Amino acid sequence: MRNFVLGLSCLTVASMLAMPVSAQQFAPKKPECIAGAAPGGGWDFVCRTTAKVMFDLGLVKERIQVVNMTGGGGGVAYAHVANERADDDNLIVAASKSVSMRLAQGAYPGNTMQDVRWLAAFGAEYGAIAVAANSDIRTLDDLVASLKDDPRSIAFSGGSSVGGNDHLKILKLAKVAGIEDLRQMKYVAFSGGGEAITQLLAGSVQAISSDFSEIMGFVESGDVRIIAVLSPERLAAFDQFPTAKEQGYDVTGLNWRGLYVPRNMSDEAYGFWLDTVRRMTASDEFRDLLVSAGIEPLSLFDADADALVASDIEETQALSRELGLMN
Amino acid sequence: MMDTTLLLIDGFATALTLQNLLLALLGAFLGTLIGALPGLGPSNGVAILIPISFSLGLAAIPSLILLTSVYYGAMYGGRISSILLNIPGDEPAMMTCLDGYPMTRAGRAGEALALSGLASFVGSFFATCGLVILAPQLVGIALLFGPAEYFVLYTMAFATLGGISAGNQAKSVFAACIGLGLAMVGIDTQTGVERFTFGEVHLFDGIDFLIAIVGLFALSEVFHFIEHHGTPGQVGAGGVKVGRLVPDLATVRRCVPTLGRSTAIGFLAGVLPGAGASLGSFLAYSVEKKLVDPQGRTFGKGDPRGVVAPEAGNNAAAGGALVPMLSLGVPGSGTTAVLLAVLLSLNITPGPMLFAKNPDIVWGLVAALFIANFMLLALNIPMVGMFTRLLMIPTRILMPVVAMIAFVGIYSITNSTYDMLMMVAFGALGWVLRKLSVPLVPVILGILLGNQMEVNLRRALTISDGDWSVLVGSPLAIVLWVIALAGFLAPLLLGAMVRRRMNGMSAGASDAD
Repeated sequence: MRNFVLGLSCLTVASMLAMPVSAQQFAPKKPECIAGAAPGGGWDFVCRTTAKVMFDLGLVKERIQVVNMTGGGGGVAYAHVANERADDDNLIVAASKSVSMRLAQGAYPGNTMQDVRWLAAFGAEYGAIAVAANSDIRTLDDLVASLKDDPRSIAFSGGSSVGGNDHLKILKLAKVAGIEDLRQMKYVAFSGGGEAITQLLAGSVQAISSDFSEIMGFVESGDVRIIAVLSPERLAAFDQFPTAKEQGYDVTGLNWRGLYVPRNMSDEAYGFWLDTVRRMTASDEFRDLLVSAGIEPLSLFDADADALVASDIEETQALSRELGLMN
Repeated sequence: MMDTTLLLIDGFATALTLQNLLLALLGAFLGTLIGALPGLGPSNGVAILIPISFSLGLAAIPSLILLTSVYYGAMYGGRISSILLNIPGDEPAMMTCLDGYPMTRAGRAGEALALSGLASFVGSFFATCGLVILAPQLVGIALLFGPAEYFVLYTMAFATLGGISAGNQAKSVFAACIGLGLAMVGIDTQTGVERFTFGEVHLFDGIDFLIAIVGLFALSEVFHFIEHHGTPGQVGAGGVKVGRLVPDLATVRRCVPTLGRSTAIGFLAGVLPGAGASLGSFLAYSVEKKLVDPQGRTFGKGDPRGVVAPEAGNNAAAGGALVPMLSLGVPGSGTTAVLLAVLLSLNITPGPMLFAKNPDIVWGLVAALFIANFMLLALNIPMVGMFTRLLMIPTRILMPVVAMIAFVGIYSITNSTYDMLMMVAFGALGWVLRKLSVPLVPVILGILLGNQMEVNLRRALTISDGDWSVLVGSPLAIVLWVIALAGFLAPLLLGAMVRRRMNGMSAGASDAD
């Protein structure tokens, strides 16, 4: 998340270099971007940077206003968009994997993924599993051996609540590793990756499941050792860290960021926003910046973004059922 | 140390330009204003100004100067409405109501404002010094605290809660229980289960304490006013003298030990991620009360030390909270979370490597904090006279304005009409509690601290597989337990003794000086 923000903000510089765009049929009036959480979070920055970059590139004539609508882990904003603004042409909303996961778990009561239109997923941040630098655990095999011996011997900290992304990542690993009862896995939820890693350093927990970029700084300082990155291939900019896959555990875990729009937005407006987001994310500078920040570019638009959300939901529901978090 | 000094001088060299000084002045002024308005606190203040610093195209250091001035400014400003109106501008300023408002009633508003301004300055000045000298070492303190230790720390805070109000202690406990109950609402992060949400999506994230504060304090005043058909109620004007603006030297001198203790306590509370300024001001106040006024004769009735302690405490905590934010990337409070986001957006990643990788930014930031601090002192002391004019505004004008600011403030943060209704409900609750003379501060503390206390207990027990002995598993935990027990039992034992002695003395000993 951290590097994502960093990457996006670098964009503001990069965007100065990009070219303006030809005139569009549709021009948004008083466009808004809703972030379903307080200022300072991931959604807030998706909105603020999108708003800035689009304006700087000349893709929108009016500045997009960012509105923070807090509550329900994004559920208040989701319900607002689905129920009250369903045909608004001038609205985009920040999204991330936690939106699709909450939809899967029924945490947005009365709403499903069909209630909005998924516009884009434009950045992927992969998870990582790490231990303290002085830990005996050196590889994923070591970790799995300890877990198989006694699943309760290792407590994982993470920045999401139980059932959230950081938790599901280790459950997926446990499942692939052949650990029978997933409920035995010990996961301790903290409010954010920073707190989770502090408790790893304090020795309260034995391992952490978090986003790669949250952990990275502590690897450089020599406090923490990453034992697996949960990406399909080694990260381009940080290829010294082995993936889980190459260690024989086919697990990936990513957190994506993107946007959704109201369900009944006119086709003209939808076309405009789709084109605008494509243009925003297409520049070379954008890609370079993402890679150097430890974030893999992701270019899923329209139907592909929709499919991503659907697969998130399917996976989350299967795991949540197994864990007894939902029926 | 030599290096540090050189780096700091470098920091000042980058920070001290005319543009930066003007930005600091602007930030300090806006911050004070934002802090003083009920509902708008330091985190909203900083959040509101982020886009401004972006659209001004400011570089890293000037943006940081603007935003840290707002941050410190809001911490200063929060006290103003606490003292003058009994309505805390933000949550750390809550404790300042306890003695600040009684001082206003006694015609000593000017003194209270000047003293608390001074206390804010001392608190944040020394906290910033502490940040400069000790930041790397202080990280060690944060690492001593695991979930079990945090639980005991919060237990300690609750154990001393009974002592904070002057009146009936049972009512304080009752109020704290209401707060604890409210803290349970929302999705439980440790299991993902909904509690007391009634399927209402607005309640999933729990109850925002800002809504509770604004409702309980500000709106209940408005209701009280309406009930009395416009005759002056608890708030405000009617007949309150403004009195002298500058406290005499003797009063200041009496506050010096308080300043020292409260700064130290506040700073340490700030260093612990998650505890933050509210715990800092609360602990500073309750420790001070225990030490200098165990019989409860002057605290809560307008003792200047009761104003100085929480203000020094919360401003020191604001400085202390920057330690984990800069060196661990862990925000200790809502405001530092927003500042963290600002740093990230400026392409600076706080964390263990920050001091090594971006020393210019760190020391520029520290220099910015010092500049903001002096600017605020210069701004706040002369403005005391202006602030006190607020008391001359007739209540019939003041009250509608308070109501309006409360609604606009809350709506601007959450963009939700549901939260405004919830605020009205809290206003009604506050009105009822006032009728029963149940103190409101413990309700908020229950909401603020209860959640953290519970979550950390659950974390500790998850890690230990349900073994409760983990709660006494480290020397630090045991020390905290001892302090908690002492804090809880001392008033009971002392109380009995004091009552015996008090029988012989005149009851009119409440003369605050």
